[in-house]
Amino acid sequence: MSVSNMLENWKNFRHMHPVDDAPHAEYKWAMSIDLDACTGCNACTVACYAENNLPVVGKDKFNAGQQMHWMRIERYWDEDKRDFPDQGAQFLPMMCQHCEAAPCETVCPAGATNHTADGLNSQVYNRCIGSRYCSANCPFKVRYFNWYDYPTTDNVWPAEMTEQLNPDVTVRGKGVMEKCTFCVQRLERAKNNARTEGRLVKDGEVQTACQQACPTNAISFGNLVEPESKVAKQWAHQQVELAREGQAKDEQEGGSKLRGYRIFEELRAYPSVMYLERVRESAI
Amino acid sequence: MEKDIREDIAWAKINGDVLKSLETPRPLYWVILLVALAMFGVGLGCEIYQYNIGMGVANLNNPHVWGLYIATFIFWIGMSHSGTLLSAILHLMHADWRKPIYRFAEAMTTFSLMTAGLFVMVHLGRLWQFYYAVPYPNERWTWPNFQSPLLWDAMAIFTYLSSSVIFLYVGMIPDLAIARDNIHSGWRKKLYTLLALGWEGTDRQWRNFRVTYLTVACFLIPLAVSVHSIVASDFAMSQQPGWHVTSFPPYFVAGALYSGCAAIITLFIILRYVFKFEEYMTMPILRKVVRLTFAIAMVWTYLNLIEYASVWYSHDEAAKAVLIQKATGPYAPFWWMMNFCGSVVPLLMMVKRFQTNIPMMFAVSLLLNLGMWLERWMIVSPTFSHGYYPWTWDHFQWPSLVQWGMVFGSFGWFTLLFMVFCKVFPSVSMYEVKEMVYHRSLALKNNELAEKGAH
Repeated sequence: MSVSNMLENWKNFRHMHPVDDAPHAEYKWAMSIDLDACTGCNACTVACYAENNLPVVGKDKFNAGQQMHWMRIERYWDEDKRDFPDQGAQFLPMMCQHCEAAPCETVCPAGATNHTADGLNSQVYNRCIGSRYCSANCPFKVRYFNWYDYPTTDNVWPAEMTEQLNPDVTVRGKGVMEKCTFCVQRLERAKNNARTEGRLVKDGEVQTACQQACPTNAISFGNLVEPESKVAKQWAHQQVELAREGQAKDEQEGGSKLRGYRIFEELRAYPSVMYLERVRESAI
Repeated sequence: MEKDIREDIAWAKINGDVLKSLETPRPLYWVILLVALAMFGVGLGCEIYQYNIGMGVANLNNPHVWGLYIATFIFWIGMSHSGTLLSAILHLMHADWRKPIYRFAEAMTTFSLMTAGLFVMVHLGRLWQFYYAVPYPNERWTWPNFQSPLLWDAMAIFTYLSSSVIFLYVGMIPDLAIARDNIHSGWRKKLYTLLALGWEGTDRQWRNFRVTYLTVACFLIPLAVSVHSIVASDFAMSQQPGWHVTSFPPYFVAGALYSGCAAIITLFIILRYVFKFEEYMTMPILRKVVRLTFAIAMVWTYLNLIEYASVWYSHDEAAKAVLIQKATGPYAPFWWMMNFCGSVVPLLMMVKRFQTNIPMMFAVSLLLNLGMWLERWMIVSPTFSHGYYPWTWDHFQWPSLVQWGMVFGSFGWFTLLFMVFCKVFPSVSMYEVKEMVYHRSLALKNNELAEKGAH
């Protein structure tokens, strides 16, 4: 506990993201989600519940808005006055966007949410005091708070389900914030394996739970630093650059035909998730 | 022009009247104390329940992660500012009409800050770990996040609270000595003897006292401005539509002075009756406070309109949508009521006849504070129900009875502290009232002499 120690910490963990002073050296985990492939089946959400020990809060709490789904499928409806079921539902899987300049990180009084060297937005549960400022400042509202002591609430994991809880993931207690981690437990295991063998994690070697469960392969995940990874290729192909608050392709006259975009790019949070716009009937 | 105070009150009578307030208030005092205790009990019960079960019982959710706790926190912080206005700023400006009423105003500052502090605590999901937000030496070598406006908040409030306590105490030393010399023996005599620090009223003591008092007053004024600017930063520094407003700091400070002045009127009227201070808390002084409140009300109204206008003309679509939603959405009744109470009700204070009408001013001051409380709620909540992200739109989250109970209880807690203070410590500054009487009688005498042609 000294001032020099504080400054040292500051240097290591508080960068103006994304900048050149400390570019991502080995890994920058990123995602891309093809909305044209997404059928809204919710398999990713279920996989996330299973992988990350998310409490199943039940109907009442869900209706009260206290659900804990780190990954949610949002429904949007075409506004051309057609009735259900021809209404033209569109789906958007939404989870923590792991922003490079995350609005949640700067406002936490305890410093419980930080940026890792791999470009993840991490949440330190043990450090969280539950001021909920991070959620208040999150433009995507993808942070979920433990409104109750879920590990001890009897209905969140019925007895027959406890066998499927993931031992690699901690169970969060009452009063802390949690959110999508990009399945950091899988990333760490893959990195450790690779380090033992003296190499870097190969593309496709690690999958997030949602990606693994997706029946249409709408989700790709990987290392953006490695140019040959699927994600990096997709980003490059769509001409979406991580460190821009507006893409060059959108600035050209008439826009571009490319489908890649990031949500709320103009807020300058630099999200790590790229979405591929759905191909609309009207556009064909 | 009526006189702020009679020039012919004997000093012994001042001592007697004020010291009487320490011993025999009207029976209403005990009623107020009992009611306050019961109210605080309700709040305490709610907190015990919430602590054990979890924040969910407050009926907060995603995206409504903040609610009445934060709104009421800002309300109490705001309330504290007028004490400093009266005791420090008007002291520097030599406005001597403040003398009979500044002591209780300063006490109000201290106790409303203590009440505000409670809301920071009950708002935390893990109240038992609150010290993680404080820079304390620890074996993990971790520091809090100095970038967070919430941390600035904690520091600003703690500095302000400790400085106001010092200011309140230092200003009270000569009076504590009077109390020590006049009170019958018992625990109070021991308390006053200890706190009076051996005050004898020598020239040297008075000189040092004046310098100290002035220094602390000068130190306190920038703090008062900064503390609410920093509370405003909690919102203005964030990215959310409806919060990300550059004019928030002055707007918050004006709102703070406003609700504080209204609270001073309320407490003025209560203390005047309960402790029989009619001789000191006179109608002309009430009139001056009312005029001051009216002026601040108009400043607040102006800044409020600026905020609306700057959002309306900014072409920031998200912020504009929040404003439209405030005026037309589920929060509309409260939003319109806030504008009515904050900007229309104070117009009553323009009428000269009303300025000294006690029941009228009592009602008006309560309505003003209702308006200011609603203002804070209307700053905090609507942004959550109509923020950037469409998935979170149009959820109206009505605060649960646990939240309301704690808001209710906080008024009990404040009243309890305040009323106990007024019974234990002289709530009218005896030595300054004497100064006031002395200077006025001197001026009177000089005028008489001047009229006679003598020099």
